Amino acid sequence: MSSVDFPVEKFRFGMLLSDTRYRSTSLQVITFIFFVAGVFWLVDNTVKNLALLDKDVSFSFLWMRAGYDINQRLIPYTNDSTHATAALVGILNTLLVAFVGCILATIIGVFVGILRLSKNWIIAKLMSVYIEGFRNVPLLLWIVMVFALLTEFTPQPRAFKGENPDASMIIFESIAVTNRGTYLPNPQWGAGSIWLILVFLVSLLGIIIFRRYAKNIQKNTGRNLPVLWVSLGIFFVPTILFYFILGSPVTLEYPYLKGFNFKDGVHIRNSFIALTLALAFYTSAFIGEIVRSGIMAISKGQTEAAAALGMRPNKIMSLIILPQALRVIVPPMISQYLNLTKNSSLAIAVGYMDVRGTLGGITLNQTGREMESMVLLMGFYLTVSLLISSIINYFNRSFQLVGK
Amino acid sequence: MSKLAYVREKEIPQSAPPITEVGIIKWLRENLFSSWLNSILTVLSLYFIFILLKDFIPWAYGAHWTTGSIRECYDVNPDVACFSVLTARWKQLLFGFYPPEEYWRPTLTFFLLILSIIPILFTRFVRFFWFSLLYPGLAIWLLWGGSIWSVAIIYFGLGLGFLSFLIMDSRLIRSASISLLAACLITVLFFMFLASFSAEMLSSLIPIYLPYVESLKFGGFTLSLIVGVTGIVASFPLGIVLALGRQSDLPLVKMICVGFIEFIRGVPLITLLFVASVLLNYFLPPGSNFDIVLRVIIMVTLFSAAYMAEVIRGGLAGLPVGQHEASAALGLTYWQSQRLIIMPQALKISIPGIVNTFIGLFKDTTLVSIISLMDPVGLASLIRADTKWNGIYWELYIAVGLMFFIFCFGMSQYSQYLERKLKTDN
Repeated sequence: MSSVDFPVEKFRFGMLLSDTRYRSTSLQVITFIFFVAGVFWLVDNTVKNLALLDKDVSFSFLWMRAGYDINQRLIPYTNDSTHATAALVGILNTLLVAFVGCILATIIGVFVGILRLSKNWIIAKLMSVYIEGFRNVPLLLWIVMVFALLTEFTPQPRAFKGENPDASMIIFESIAVTNRGTYLPNPQWGAGSIWLILVFLVSLLGIIIFRRYAKNIQKNTGRNLPVLWVSLGIFFVPTILFYFILGSPVTLEYPYLKGFNFKDGVHIRNSFIALTLALAFYTSAFIGEIVRSGIMAISKGQTEAAAALGMRPNKIMSLIILPQALRVIVPPMISQYLNLTKNSSLAIAVGYMDVRGTLGGITLNQTGREMESMVLLMGFYLTVSLLISSIINYFNRSFQLVGK
Repeated sequence: MSKLAYVREKEIPQSAPPITEVGIIKWLRENLFSSWLNSILTVLSLYFIFILLKDFIPWAYGAHWTTGSIRECYDVNPDVACFSVLTARWKQLLFGFYPPEEYWRPTLTFFLLILSIIPILFTRFVRFFWFSLLYPGLAIWLLWGGSIWSVAIIYFGLGLGFLSFLIMDSRLIRSASISLLAACLITVLFFMFLASFSAEMLSSLIPIYLPYVESLKFGGFTLSLIVGVTGIVASFPLGIVLALGRQSDLPLVKMICVGFIEFIRGVPLITLLFVASVLLNYFLPPGSNFDIVLRVIIMVTLFSAAYMAEVIRGGLAGLPVGQHEASAALGLTYWQSQRLIIMPQALKISIPGIVNTFIGLFKDTTLVSIISLMDPVGLASLIRADTKWNGIYWELYIAVGLMFFIFCFGMSQYSQYLERKLKTDN
């Protein structure tokens, strides 16, 4: 037996690129060099530019007096507060718009998506027009249009004045829709309202326990309890009962006209309403499409098999179709929520002070700290989006079909 | 014998189907009034359509088209639309502040755009693809003006690099990566030393030039189309590269791509546009100051490239792993298998997503109005600020919205056509 010596190839420089043993490493080294050079170039330019402008990078401006007013805020703020407080007010305003917008968009979107699948021709066509209309026209245009609608076509507060006013408040004289915003009754929490809230929370807990109990019964015996009616009963009856037992601790303070404006009540500005509504309508068109395609993705055999087992149509929907469709629907829906949150930065078009308007707008202009403000602003949006995408990943992992 | 049974000997002539089972009545019964709930819904939606149209049709039908200001509209009849604002300002909505005597240039560019995308959209005309390649340079020259030779020299330099790559790859070196490096070197050297000199020389020898128009004069739909189309064209290849980078086996490449994609997708476009307008000068060498429209285009491109990358990654993930293995088993290299096997299928799966990204990008061009560029939405506010037209809302918004709708709806219809055409399964 003679051993065969493989010819040992001498290392050549060209082998760094042509030989698969070295190629990946050398490619990465090249990438790394280019990347570091690029970053160095940017940082170097920035340092030089800052030096030219005689600026430094410092976040101390956040603790200086802001000196501007914000008309819609969730926490106490005056123009003597710091820039950091102003940023926080903006962040809360952004989150408020995003939260309300997401809920509205989901409700409208689910309706639109299901109705688009309706066998009723005219309903299905109307929903198609709704979806295509909102999807194919820029959001910014919708925001300014809704804002124009709210400010131009609603009565001025003084139209409510006099013996025969041109405008009147709606829903039992409790809500005033004006071109300066909408005034809602303000709930006054009197003594004993803490007990009312407690009762309400306990009845919520009761609903959860009852649903679990009903599900167990259904699993073990197949008997269906009237879950919806009992839940509604638990939701309303104890709270209303205790409301009267405790002697109406919560009262409503109605807005009323004083001079040329409404006093008391909760004042919701048109900028907020316009932004939220436009975002909700726009996003609901996308959600509608997601819901429709999610339901259509469930094969017809599932419906037929369930019908063959003797299930009724509403049971088929709630027990067979929806649980499967939700797996398809939820992840893209959450990413629509993310889009809505990011799109809320268009608030500037209607003058709503969100975080981009405070931190990235007035604070940036007043202090001249472009770099720092933008870094903080982007950091905020990145945090929100990373949080939301980790929710999506969690959902995907826990509801994945277990493959074989 | 008594009759025990009755047997019919003649066939009964066919009678017409019941009136409820034919024609329009059947259709109405099945589609509009199949149940109580459906009937109620039908009546409700008919009523809804009625209220919408009852006000809208008289408003739009009797509209003014020729009055000089909104006052005159109100004096004649305040209850109808005042589309005179469009008659007076449609040129501004289309061209922004572009010099009026040069309006033919954006118009010509637009029609050439249609001509140049036909070879890309419809395979029948693919032999005219050279025009699509030539178009970008032509468009830049037509829109911004200046000497034609500076654009021609860029094309010459790129062509030179490409040709030298082809010659070296097939004749001289026969190693794709090294000849690519060499070709890049040749191109860079050409642009560094020869380009400006030869452009100047040619300009003085054969002067062909158009008056220069600066970027801030651009506006209206011209601006939307410039930003939108450039963004679409540039973000597509960039998105493919990013998607491949994200799938790459090289950890460093993957890390950079993931970081880039997640960063861009995590922040709103408007913050990126603000970076373009206020921060970008910090990152560039001191004293450099480049065109605002170009900065916006770069940001919009980067933004939609990240989304595009995610869409294409979805398409890549949708391919069975057998396709990768089969192409490797055939001995194809990475780039060959990407070009011939993987990408065509992955792109086909992701057509709806890609077109949605394009539509999103086109709609997002309206955000440039927030950094005070004059796109149609910005112009609408500007026109409303004019005392002559102060008080106009719907006429302008409807016109702008309709233009966007036509473009975006057209794109989504084309994508559905493409999906049907490329559908190979049964």
